Amino acid sequence: MADNDSHRKLRIHALRYNPAKAGDTPRIQTYELEEAPGMTLFIALSEIREKQDPSLQFDFVCRAGICGSCGMMINGRPGLACRTVTKDLEADISLAPLPVFELIGDLSVNSGKWMRGMSEKLETWVHAQERALDLKRIEEPMDPALAEAVYELDRCIECGCCVASCGTARMREDFVGAVGLNKIARFRLDPRDKRTDADFYELVGDDNGVFGCMSLLACHDVCPKNLPLQTQIAFLRRKMVVQGTQG
Amino acid sequence: MKIVYTDVLVIGGGLAGLRLAIGAKRRGHDALILSLVPAKRSHSKAAQGGMQASLGNVIKGQGDTEDVHFEDTVRGSDWGADQEVVRMFVNTAPKAVRELAAWGVPWSRVRKGDRDVIMNGQKVTITERDEAHGLIAQRDFGGTKKWRTCYAADGTGHSMINTVADQAIADSIPVHERVEALSLIHDGSRCFGAVVRDLVTGEVSAYVATATAVCTGGAGRVYRNTTNAVICEGIGHALALETGVSALGNMEAVQFHPTGIFPAGILVTEGCRGDGGLLKDVDGHRFMPDYEPEKKELASRDVVSRRMEEHIKKGKGHKSRFGEHIWLDITQLGEKHIHTNLREVWDICHYFLGVDPVKEMIPVRPAQHYTMGGVRTDPSGQSPTLKGLFSAGEAACWDMHGFNRLGGNSVAETVVAGMIVGETVADYCDSLSNTPTVPLGLVREFVEREQAKLEAFTRGGGTEDASAIKGEMQDLMTAKVGIFRTGKDLDEAVDKLQKLLVRSRRIGLRSPQLGANPELVTAYRVQRMLKIALTVAYGAAVRTESRGAHFREDFPRRNDAEWLKRTLATWKGESDTLPTLAYEPLDVGRMELPPGWRGYGAKDYIDHPDTPGRQKAVEAIRAQHASDRFAMQAALMPYEHLLPPGLRGRNERIDERL
Repeated sequence: MADNDSHRKLRIHALRYNPAKAGDTPRIQTYELEEAPGMTLFIALSEIREKQDPSLQFDFVCRAGICGSCGMMINGRPGLACRTVTKDLEADISLAPLPVFELIGDLSVNSGKWMRGMSEKLETWVHAQERALDLKRIEEPMDPALAEAVYELDRCIECGCCVASCGTARMREDFVGAVGLNKIARFRLDPRDKRTDADFYELVGDDNGVFGCMSLLACHDVCPKNLPLQTQIAFLRRKMVVQGTQG
Repeated sequence: MKIVYTDVLVIGGGLAGLRLAIGAKRRGHDALILSLVPAKRSHSKAAQGGMQASLGNVIKGQGDTEDVHFEDTVRGSDWGADQEVVRMFVNTAPKAVRELAAWGVPWSRVRKGDRDVIMNGQKVTITERDEAHGLIAQRDFGGTKKWRTCYAADGTGHSMINTVADQAIADSIPVHERVEALSLIHDGSRCFGAVVRDLVTGEVSAYVATATAVCTGGAGRVYRNTTNAVICEGIGHALALETGVSALGNMEAVQFHPTGIFPAGILVTEGCRGDGGLLKDVDGHRFMPDYEPEKKELASRDVVSRRMEEHIKKGKGHKSRFGEHIWLDITQLGEKHIHTNLREVWDICHYFLGVDPVKEMIPVRPAQHYTMGGVRTDPSGQSPTLKGLFSAGEAACWDMHGFNRLGGNSVAETVVAGMIVGETVADYCDSLSNTPTVPLGLVREFVEREQAKLEAFTRGGGTEDASAIKGEMQDLMTAKVGIFRTGKDLDEAVDKLQKLLVRSRRIGLRSPQLGANPELVTAYRVQRMLKIALTVAYGAAVRTESRGAHFREDFPRRNDAEWLKRTLATWKGESDTLPTLAYEPLDVGRMELPPGWRGYGAKDYIDHPDTPGRQKAVEAIRAQHASDRFAMQAALMPYEHLLPPGLRGRNERIDERL
């Protein structure tokens, strides 16, 4: 952290709109505030709400880049506001809610509802063989490298940045997005999940699934967790083509 | 009046609430979860380091058992814990880890053969057994005798809540997101559910249930410097407190984590020290061995935090423009280890400090971290004073942490308590005599009372600013009710908090609408947070001893003779400005591990008069059953009858086959 004060005057241009309020229209509102050392957009927005405008809506929970609540458009690009440091940006910062998701108000969107819908549709849980679990017994061993590989894909925080950056998601309301395809890749890799490619094909073998992806791959570029989305989508598509043509 | 009916109403969508709901649902009862945020965004997610369970798979965990985990936990608690509950917990933790493994948590696994680890600042080669290959791995953590902390790389809580939340979806358990409980509906002896506000629309409705469970996590945000997420405001604690009937236990027991990054307060995991990270002062000197020659950086959190502050007071902190701090040095762990097992730490340092921990030291200082106190329940998770009210996880005080929680015991507790209390709740709902006749008049009365309170904010003509009051409270708590406490500071804090509470009754809003309105939320929460802050500060002011994380400079000794008891705080009247305190003694005569020295920290304490007698009795029983640890334990302190039948029984290990 730099010890010399910058004391820039920041101008945050936030999109304001409350769909629940009759007659409200979308507009840009500008807030001026003095930059502080180590300031993040979490700190800046909290200060605006505390001192200037208590009605401004946005979502933060962990403020540490791990919960995925604070995805928003930062200068036109989806990102996590909590870990965006203002000193990396110009003094004029534009903020808007993530597109695609239902707007709650201002910078707050209902990504939780979208993610639950995706999870229900893709059944994002381990489908184990039906048998009673004896919790007293030593666990099933698992290859350490495979466990690490599953964890790598399990790192998704469902922030919605990939969906907000996705061309297909703008055109197809039911497209499952990179987040959904990555989940399928994660469970496909997991030996505890007994589903086969035929089962996965039923879930993502169409235009709302892996064949809807146009390979623009902005998802890969904006993912705050640097998930290997490009490789996973390509790999999954190959497997699903095989399943669809030969399966 | 909109009323939603369910069998089990779970307030809080973190790990404890989710697991509890799954348990109740699988027993055939409808469960519904209320959550401020989407469940997967809960603060459970932030548990980076791991979950304690005595599997003993790794070589450094060999010989670990429930017995060792039990002793570590009780010593960690500074004998404040309920030892029967600790026994229930340590016996269920391995089952919880194994259940999660079957459900899909990608636990890190043991790799057979040699590997290099850093221990005590030195590189050491250890050899993992062939028969352990592929089993769940454990890492070292503070306050433990054996390597016991199971982990999923650097994101244990993340993977756990992903898995458990998805199980809840698989079980079709509804989660009502972005809603907040405003009060519990009760008649003074029985709880019937909650009044709930929709944070998006502002609509107020009633949720009526046979069983209501408070699983709302901690109250860290009553402090300025905290590792807790912004939603951890102790509102669940306040819901119980405001019934006037349900008590909060040991609210003065507040843990400070040694390694909050400075100055932001974001946590970097204990795994840093467990994996070999060192604490260094302004001169680059590793100072912990000077204070704690045995456990060094890995003494319990309360001890390490105090030693760091003590060292800073001696002028050995690094001075920055934001104040003084200590350095956490993990550079010796190497790039590969940091980028795989401590990647979350790397991310946090990179994004929030601009520091590369592979090459540079991390500025840290203790920050509020964990609320040991909570809604007082019996070992089954039910309130002893308000029928139909249950609690689990950080929000509860059943009481397994006493005055200090061990690292890795909190996420473990969430799931274990969810498993146990889920069964209790299901048993409760099974019993026909517990099916409530819903007193609709009472429900309406509670809803109307909350609506009137909300309208008082928007139309009451108040002039006080909610954010300003909240800020003053947080500053007071951090300055006066922190790591080192004195009677003078605490009295001042209690006095000022009472004044803030009175002021908070005259809050007015700049943006006075009843719908989605962050300012309104701050307004009604700060009133409740002040009550929680007062239970902490007042409990601390009255407790004239030091125990675990509660450290009084004017009473530095643990005093078992007078203070081996649990604080119970209730809030009797709406217009009161102080909680009413009562005390519940801990029975030395029934303890499996009578009070003694923790093995770290000060050796100085005042014995309870019953301790020598109990110690003798314990030694005799131990000698009599020396060859069979299970028979010994059963003779010392039977507890298994307290567990639900499905969770009883021994745990298999490599060295202890069933």
